[in-house]
Amino acid sequence: MILKYKIELLIIIIVGILLGMLIYLFKYANGASYLSSDPNACINCHIMEPQFDSWQKSSHHSSASCVDCHLPHETIKKWIAKAENGFLHSKAFTLQNFHEPIMIKDKNKNILQKNCIQCHDSMTDDITNNHYPIKNDCLHCHSSVGHSNQIGMGKFTKELK
Amino acid sequence: MSFISIKIKGIILFFLIISCALTILLLENIYKRKEELNNKYSDLIKVTEEDTDPEKWGINWPKQYDSYKLNAEDTRTRFGGHGGSEALPEQKIERDPWLKRLFKGYSFSIDYRDRRGHAYMLQDQEQTLRQTKPQTGSCLHCHASVMPLYRELGDGDAMLGFEKTHKFSYNEINEMLHESGHGHPVSCVDCHDPKTMKLRVTRPGFINGIQKLAESETELPQFPSIERWIESNDSNPYDPNVHATQNEMRSFVCAQCHVEYYCASEMPLEFPWENGLKVEEIEEYWSEKKFPNGNEFYDYIHEESGAKIFKAQHPEFELWSQGIHARSGVACADCHMPYQRDGASKVSDHWVRSPLLNINNACQTCHQIDESEILARVDIIQDRNHKLLQQAGQALMDLLDAIQIAKNSGIKELELTKVFELQGKAQWRLDFIAAENSMGFHAPQEAARILGEAIDYARQGQSIALSMVIQIDQVMNFENKDKIFCDSTIKIIEKWINIVD
Repeated sequence: MILKYKIELLIIIIVGILLGMLIYLFKYANGASYLSSDPNACINCHIMEPQFDSWQKSSHHSSASCVDCHLPHETIKKWIAKAENGFLHSKAFTLQNFHEPIMIKDKNKNILQKNCIQCHDSMTDDITNNHYPIKNDCLHCHSSVGHSNQIGMGKFTKELK
Repeated sequence: MSFISIKIKGIILFFLIISCALTILLLENIYKRKEELNNKYSDLIKVTEEDTDPEKWGINWPKQYDSYKLNAEDTRTRFGGHGGSEALPEQKIERDPWLKRLFKGYSFSIDYRDRRGHAYMLQDQEQTLRQTKPQTGSCLHCHASVMPLYRELGDGDAMLGFEKTHKFSYNEINEMLHESGHGHPVSCVDCHDPKTMKLRVTRPGFINGIQKLAESETELPQFPSIERWIESNDSNPYDPNVHATQNEMRSFVCAQCHVEYYCASEMPLEFPWENGLKVEEIEEYWSEKKFPNGNEFYDYIHEESGAKIFKAQHPEFELWSQGIHARSGVACADCHMPYQRDGASKVSDHWVRSPLLNINNACQTCHQIDESEILARVDIIQDRNHKLLQQAGQALMDLLDAIQIAKNSGIKELELTKVFELQGKAQWRLDFIAAENSMGFHAPQEAARILGEAIDYARQGQSIALSMVIQIDQVMNFENKDKIFCDSTIKIIEKWINIVD
């Protein structure tokens, strides 16, 4: 009887091993943190540390975290964007083959632009609804609101003494 | 499960095994990244102040040492470096013959080549044909890991040892260096404290120079720690190793050598920063300077004209300090040794080279625009500077021609004092930008201002010299009414026509 189902048994055992490994992998790689909105999850791999640091020095750090600007606000779109970026980022980090310094892509820039307008709608209504077709995005001029200009070492100015 | 054929079961089993293998690979990869972060370096060997051999330091800091070794690579950009198949870099004095005429009477007219990487600094200095003239021991201040030798010569006091070296010949000091086992180009210990790896400056020339700069009247918004030191009324002299910020140290370590200085046998090596870092402030300092024997200071006498000349070395630090990058707190290391990522850890690149060879790490960290666009912008700046530089070189050549004509007309050297002074001023400014290794990029507007002044002084000198010749002609022709002008005046008129062409 046992001999008859030998291959089935093997499959079940290996499925068990694989599942066990995947659960451990999920825990070891802090998988749960990526399901949260905690900004610390974004620096798990340390690549975005300068961006994280400069966000802390920016005017938006008290009102908006990473996901508030970088992911859509609608639930389904949010999880699609999260999954897509998550896959691309982990692929890039595992294969170590990405452009440095990292730069935002057009797709994510559009998400960002929509979020600027969504939060600041009362202020931007006049601009978006009426006279002006928007060629430049908000960040073209307001580049330092989310990440302050001083990334990395920065200037140690006199005012800081 | 019996309705599934054995073949399908086999395939399922195969994919499960592959999945297991991939999961293990991924786990291993994540483990490696985490480990990279935990182990920044391994303290395998103890290094001390006496360890000038970088290989020993490389045991503890293999990542930095790996990139340091690349300083032996050939690299070339449009305006600098060495990337050809020939053994030595191109001769600058052959590419720009005006340079050769500028340095007549000085050993740079014998041999003056493009730069090579840090790895060659000692070897190239030992082999340059300038060594056919006697050179001073001061030169090794910057071309070797010389600090242990300074301490040995000064019985433990490096400053004392340094002050002795100008009296020795280059060959004597070089021999001592190699005998004591310190015959290495710039090494880890020159910029890092072996106990803490903290950045520090070691070179006496810089320590004296920056102290004088801090005490000067000039404004120094690019160096906040100096401004703080002034405001604090500290009775101790300014010491970069104590007062400077980490960010300033990332420029100061380079400024130990990439500067203007006096380096010959009459007195110890000296950085001329008592009045400030600008070209005219340094010129003022040298003009007031006297040699220890009381004679007026100059680097050489121009063989053709007889004018006393100040030779500019390579004032990268001085020119950078006048530019927008310095003003914005961007240090030398930010562009020339930018941080690079190695897995999950961050290492500063010890392959010191032109940022143009490393645009993404060097420029794009701040300037988030296309690499090709950045290259094009830099090229515009350097190309403009190069054109202006050639124009200034031509102005100097015309001045030297005019002096020659004046001398041939019988005008005495004493009467040409003002012209010589203008030649000195023009040549000092031209050389300041020609010898500087960024083709104007370190401070483009300042470079253009300096070259503009060089052209102005050269043309002023030329017009004075030529009008003296015409005056003499008119006196000579007073009796000889058939000929309106004599030969030398005709030569000048021809020359002017050429300039207009």
